[in-house]
Amino acid sequence: MTTPILTAKKVIKRFGGLVAVNSVDFEIPEKSIVSIIGPNGAGKTTFFNCITGFNKADEGTITFEGSDIQNLRPDQITRHGISRTYQNIRLFANMTALENILVGQHKFLHSSWISAILRTKSMLAEEKGALDEAQRLLNFVDLKRKGDLLARNLSYGEQRRLEIARALATRPKLLLLDEPSAGMNPRETEDLTSFIRKLRDELGIAILLIEHHMRVVMGISEFITVLDYGEKIAEGTPKEIQSNTRVIEAYLGRGAATEGMDTAHERFSNKKS
Amino acid sequence: MKKENFIWSSIKVGLLAGAIGIFLSLVGMVEVFNKRDVVEKVISLGMFLLLAISMIAGFIASRRTSDLLGGNQAGSNLLAGTLAGLFTGITLALFVLASDQLNLRAIFLNATPTLSGLLTFGRGSGGLWMLPVLGAGTGLAGGAFLLLPLLVRRPITHAIMVIIFSALFSSLFRVIMVNQGGGIEKAAKAIFSQTGLTINGALVFIFGTLFISILWSSQGAKVQNRVDRLPAKGKLSLRVFSILLIAYVAIMLPQAAGPFIAQVIVIISLYILMGLGLNIEIGFAGLLDLGFVAFYAIGAYTVGLLTSYGEYGLQHVSFWVAVPIAVLISMMFGGILGVPVLGVRGDYLAIATLGFGEIVRLLAGSDFMAPYLGGPRGIIGIQKPCIGTLGEFIAVDIPRVCNGIELSKPQDIYYVAIASALLIAFFSWRLRESRLGRAWMAIREDEDVAEALGIKLVQAKLLAYMLGAAFAGLGGAIFATLVGSIFATSMQLIVSINVVALIIVGGMGSIPGVVVGALALIGLPELLREVSEFRFLLYGMALIAVMLAKPEGLWPSQTISRELHHDEAADATS
Repeated sequence: MTTPILTAKKVIKRFGGLVAVNSVDFEIPEKSIVSIIGPNGAGKTTFFNCITGFNKADEGTITFEGSDIQNLRPDQITRHGISRTYQNIRLFANMTALENILVGQHKFLHSSWISAILRTKSMLAEEKGALDEAQRLLNFVDLKRKGDLLARNLSYGEQRRLEIARALATRPKLLLLDEPSAGMNPRETEDLTSFIRKLRDELGIAILLIEHHMRVVMGISEFITVLDYGEKIAEGTPKEIQSNTRVIEAYLGRGAATEGMDTAHERFSNKKS
Repeated sequence: MKKENFIWSSIKVGLLAGAIGIFLSLVGMVEVFNKRDVVEKVISLGMFLLLAISMIAGFIASRRTSDLLGGNQAGSNLLAGTLAGLFTGITLALFVLASDQLNLRAIFLNATPTLSGLLTFGRGSGGLWMLPVLGAGTGLAGGAFLLLPLLVRRPITHAIMVIIFSALFSSLFRVIMVNQGGGIEKAAKAIFSQTGLTINGALVFIFGTLFISILWSSQGAKVQNRVDRLPAKGKLSLRVFSILLIAYVAIMLPQAAGPFIAQVIVIISLYILMGLGLNIEIGFAGLLDLGFVAFYAIGAYTVGLLTSYGEYGLQHVSFWVAVPIAVLISMMFGGILGVPVLGVRGDYLAIATLGFGEIVRLLAGSDFMAPYLGGPRGIIGIQKPCIGTLGEFIAVDIPRVCNGIELSKPQDIYYVAIASALLIAFFSWRLRESRLGRAWMAIREDEDVAEALGIKLVQAKLLAYMLGAAFAGLGGAIFATLVGSIFATSMQLIVSINVVALIIVGGMGSIPGVVVGALALIGLPELLREVSEFRFLLYGMALIAVMLAKPEGLWPSQTISRELHHDEAADATS
């Protein structure tokens, strides 16, 4: 394992009496694709929120590239180089696709309100650069001609891609994707899988996934961590996880450990829908 | 079964319209409007209001009938219209009967004998039959209106609208035209009476509008076409020409229209300034601020303290120096208020700012601050701007002498106000098209996500607050100079509410929307004394109507029109 880009130690998050994340140790190596899986309510998204500053962990430490990001605000964490997408798409629905990405670049733009009113040369140059970059990102996610459409008028898959492009606009070193394949058909899911791989290979960033589609998870993850009732019950390579009896039990209950993970997951998702 | 349905629904429409008529009578609107004429000696504004209600009832009943029957059926439509109008009339007649028999006046102050006299056309209970008959007649007309082809309907609608408009503003036009003297003065007297249009004037307007409207619907497309096909140069000169024309009218208007209208326009401009300021907070950043008047007050008091030659004047700098200082101080107070309250969200923010607005007003009028701000006696003797020597641009001697041009009349302040409004509109537009505008919109859309994308929430919100406060401070500063004195009592909560209302009516986040909203909500009541008595009733009606019919506002922001445009485009291609 190379040096970890993110390290979480003994992270605990409580909501009242409920312990949503219980003493989780976790590492993301540089330029790797890591997944967190687990049944609904296992604390996956809460853990995500602890990393991105949406929730403050009650105990434990989270360090990113050696510096403590535990008590930082979300915007400060983003400035460190962590960016995320959301389980339910949270685009700025009434802004155009291009504007959504431009908002993502906010942290690189510095012109003041006075230069905005005066349209100084440096402000115009900065805007021009931002626009070019935004268009490049649009092209990167295959939304070349959709820049002027309002985000809410894009199709579901396009919205997912736009959200990723917006997250990329902050130039993250670590990208957190919260169930990116939710609501996608098998074809789109396959495209997504190769797209995530392309992200890592071309941009050299680390990716942390929360995912229910076992095909995606097993296909692209280098490491998998399994959470259940807020606790880490297993971690390892996809192969190790697939044969881990505790994991299968967590998904299907005792006695089902003999069944394969994929069928297990199918049942699980049927139950969900 | 269906037939019963449409008859019953027409009766319901009629009863409802009658109830609206009774309501408007009881709040005194009909009686007050009756003092104005639409056409002299023919129909008063109050009568017109009632007839319009039954006519609209007839039209609605007729349209609902068409919906119920799945198409126009002349007989049923006319029957529906007549029924609706008839029941409007019957309801009103019953109301007159009731108010004659019972002493309604004990409860409803406006149920005067004058009102019942008016509703019976001055014939006492002998004239009661006229209401249902007239109602049925107008209802029938309303019902028939639906059956007319569009080509006929449109010119008639235009003519009616022009008649109402010119009658409402007749005194305004009259003043302007009479001021010109000569032939124009004579024409004014022929067209406009003291209270409305003359019969001749009405005929001129009706036929004029009909002629133009018919001409436009037959030739309009051609003209449009020709303009579209103009070369780029021609289009540009057409544009320059129209801008010059507007500028010319704007410059000449106060001289032609006199002090009253100039003052009204100044007040509209001040509300535009405040509207643009609040638009940054509400429209761009989504921060509901109900204490906006505080910054207006701070701007006004700063100018007062810096320039007054009364007892509370601290300094005697000129208007030109005082205004930037006032803007800066308002901005500073925006920051001071912003830091503690911007942590709270949504509704709580509205309450916190509401409190701040009241605190500023109460402090300004309090005994505690009286030694500095004059308390209830206010600050008087605020200087007028003076364009003179360089020295006069900075400070002035006491007693005040202006060697250059003193902008003392409302007609003169007009230019300052209009120029400021234009400048601030320009600023707003530039800000919106920058990274700050995008950050504000992102915060409005989803605060958490905006923060997660690296936007410093407190900083961005604070900036919106301070800029909004600065714009309001500028408005207050001009207001202080216009009136020449300021009192804490003119800084009421209602000013804040007016500004919020004009933004909603105009369209949130839209810069031209602010202008339209200010014209409609501030300009109309200022110009029409009759209307201003019912200002809040009309505000409420306007807000509800806008929310129901055009929730995005009268002149929506680009984003929304862009979206509508896109929908059309998508429809066209599919």
